[in-house]
Amino acid sequence: MRHVLSALVQNVPGVLSHISGMLASRGYNIDSLTVGETESPKISRMTFVVMGDDKVLEQVRKQLEKIVTVVGVDDVSSQDHVERDLMLIKVTAPPGRRGEIRELAEVFRGRVVDMASESMMIEIAGQERKIEAFINLMRPFGIIEMARTGIIAMVRGANSSDLPAAEGK
Amino acid sequence: MASVTSTQPKAGLATSGADIVIQSLVNHGVDTIFAYPGGASIPLHQALTRFRDRIRVVLPRHEQGGGFAAQGYARSTGKVGVCMATSGPGATNLVTAIADAKLDSVPMVALTGQVGTPVIGTDAFQETPIVEVCRSVTKHHYLVTDVNDIARVLREAFHVATTGRKGPVLVDLPKNVQLAQTVPNYDAPMDLPGYRVDQLRARPEQIEKVAAAIKAARRPVIYAGGGVIASDAAAELYALVEKTGIPVTTTLTGLGGFPGDHPLSLDMLGMHGSVYANYAVSEADLLLAFGVRFDDRVTGNVAEFAKSCRIVHIDIDPSEINKIKRSDIAVVSDIKYALAELNRIVEPPQNTGDWVRRVAEWKRTDPFRYDESYEGILAQHAIHELWRQTRDRDTIISVGVGQHQMWSAQFYKFRRPRTWLCSSGLGTMGFGLPAAVGAKVAHPDKLVVDIDGDGSLLMNVQEMATCFCEKVPVKVLLLNNMHLGMVVQWEDRFHAANRAHTYLGPIDHPEAVGRGNGIGPEERYPNFVGVAAGFGWSGRQVARKADLSDAIREMIEAQGPFLLDVQVPYQEHVLPMIPAGMTVRELIKK
Repeated sequence: MRHVLSALVQNVPGVLSHISGMLASRGYNIDSLTVGETESPKISRMTFVVMGDDKVLEQVRKQLEKIVTVVGVDDVSSQDHVERDLMLIKVTAPPGRRGEIRELAEVFRGRVVDMASESMMIEIAGQERKIEAFINLMRPFGIIEMARTGIIAMVRGANSSDLPAAEGK
Repeated sequence: MASVTSTQPKAGLATSGADIVIQSLVNHGVDTIFAYPGGASIPLHQALTRFRDRIRVVLPRHEQGGGFAAQGYARSTGKVGVCMATSGPGATNLVTAIADAKLDSVPMVALTGQVGTPVIGTDAFQETPIVEVCRSVTKHHYLVTDVNDIARVLREAFHVATTGRKGPVLVDLPKNVQLAQTVPNYDAPMDLPGYRVDQLRARPEQIEKVAAAIKAARRPVIYAGGGVIASDAAAELYALVEKTGIPVTTTLTGLGGFPGDHPLSLDMLGMHGSVYANYAVSEADLLLAFGVRFDDRVTGNVAEFAKSCRIVHIDIDPSEINKIKRSDIAVVSDIKYALAELNRIVEPPQNTGDWVRRVAEWKRTDPFRYDESYEGILAQHAIHELWRQTRDRDTIISVGVGQHQMWSAQFYKFRRPRTWLCSSGLGTMGFGLPAAVGAKVAHPDKLVVDIDGDGSLLMNVQEMATCFCEKVPVKVLLLNNMHLGMVVQWEDRFHAANRAHTYLGPIDHPEAVGRGNGIGPEERYPNFVGVAAGFGWSGRQVARKADLSDAIREMIEAQGPFLLDVQVPYQEHVLPMIPAGMTVRELIKK
């Protein structure tokens, strides 16, 4: 089973290393891990895609919560949510095939962000499955290189994740 | 202006980072620190001299010894153990003691010097990224890069080490931060938004469920662990047993949490636990797991362990719930609180008379035993004799790791918590002597005996110098078989008795290839009494059974540190034994 977990963490040096080290040393299978700032400069959000059954999920979650600098963990995929993955993909594009590639990108709401004599770079964002589908469509053209951010996710609705104040025990 | 000789930092005056560290220790009630100096911790040691009247500095002879002494202090008092080392090798020498404290949930604050912040990351002399090294073996860790953070970080360190599931916290202090000056604020608010310990209390409806399960049980057993010791819940556990008449088995870390000589004590369970404890857990219909973590040395085959019974699991660490074994009633709570609440409403189960009689019968039929007719001295006999002579006085026992450790757990009947110091989760050889040092420093009026093996003792033998120089008169009961006895036992049982580097004497002895007589050479190597004498200790060697009782008496009554080197045979196995990953059905009695 695929789960998306979102963790709010204190923005302190070493927190990423601590969390990724814990996950690795306990043998959890992480498909994707992203980190970025939140609305509070003291707090970052980490998003994990974890493969495993409910028992694995329960342990990953509890082990994350046990880390002192982890403020809170949310199982996003168990709720109504939005998730996005951003990709830059560079494909072989001789002048005769540029139109075809551009059309495909448009269908997927991608954007051409760079063009060279024999290649194009396309930016595309969306759910993981959509990205995968686009990659498959680009294969016949020849993928030169690609880069993906990994998943970010957020629960729908007005609720915000609670950010406890300092010394709020 | 303060005079230059002033030792007390006054409000509003700038003081050095090193002094802020030591003042913070004083503020947190620290009266002893086990610290080995080096280049990057000189300012901290200089500051310690300004607090001589409030903090005793014990100088170990190896940083690992200092770390384990801090543990001995912490385990025997319940207070935080504090140790300190310099950067680089000093810090890495602490790592084993830190990892050990993590696995046994011992509250410890480890301070390390670090190279100055301008050179961090340049492979400077004696630089190791000790916070990186220790991330997964600490409860929490800090690299302090601003002198203004020190007072807050130390506050947080003590708070984290002593609350929730206790554990070690590392604070790494670069030398320039130790030397920098600021006006300290010892009341600086902690910044721990993700660390919440206020919810670690059982809810009334959970307690009611546990009470109902107890009332309905016909074959209940309590399986009590280190959590009972850590939360000072021995009195609550005792009260529960008095009210309900439920038999109690403890884990290795739980020894002393319930009186070992109580009729309802089933002693330890697990791999080398008692026959009756393992039978009882296997036949129970309700397992009350209090402050335990279903360690593999307890469960063996997890699927088969306590297979047909309901499990109530109460533990302070949410991640222990359902980690190994799914529980029917799970309660995240401080165990002392949970048991106190339970005792208010609990009623004894109905009709457990048959069960208690059955368990007592198992206990009568299959007690821990050894060959009492053996003409020499068996380790078990020596431990039993030590117990006989010390049971009615305040005694703290520490141990190394191996056969002597298991026999101590079996044959020394601990009556009170914090009298048994044992590296249980990590199983670190060399733990016994330095742990005894820490305990003796904390309890100068108690008898502190390290029951040790010759392999374990040699791993931190340098701490004999600490005992002599720091005037810490601990006693060592050395059970000397010149072998790594526990590995020998596994070789005998599972590897056709093929000796693979488990003999600790010269390689040209027949024992080195497994052709010895089972007892070992008459002249032991090394000459431990001679070694002890070199360190300024008194000592005695004993090989004859008739001399043992008198020799132990001499050891106990000696004024200074004393080593009693007892020659024991090496062809002796710790029994009973449930081989790793197996079940009570495969239990070996002989």
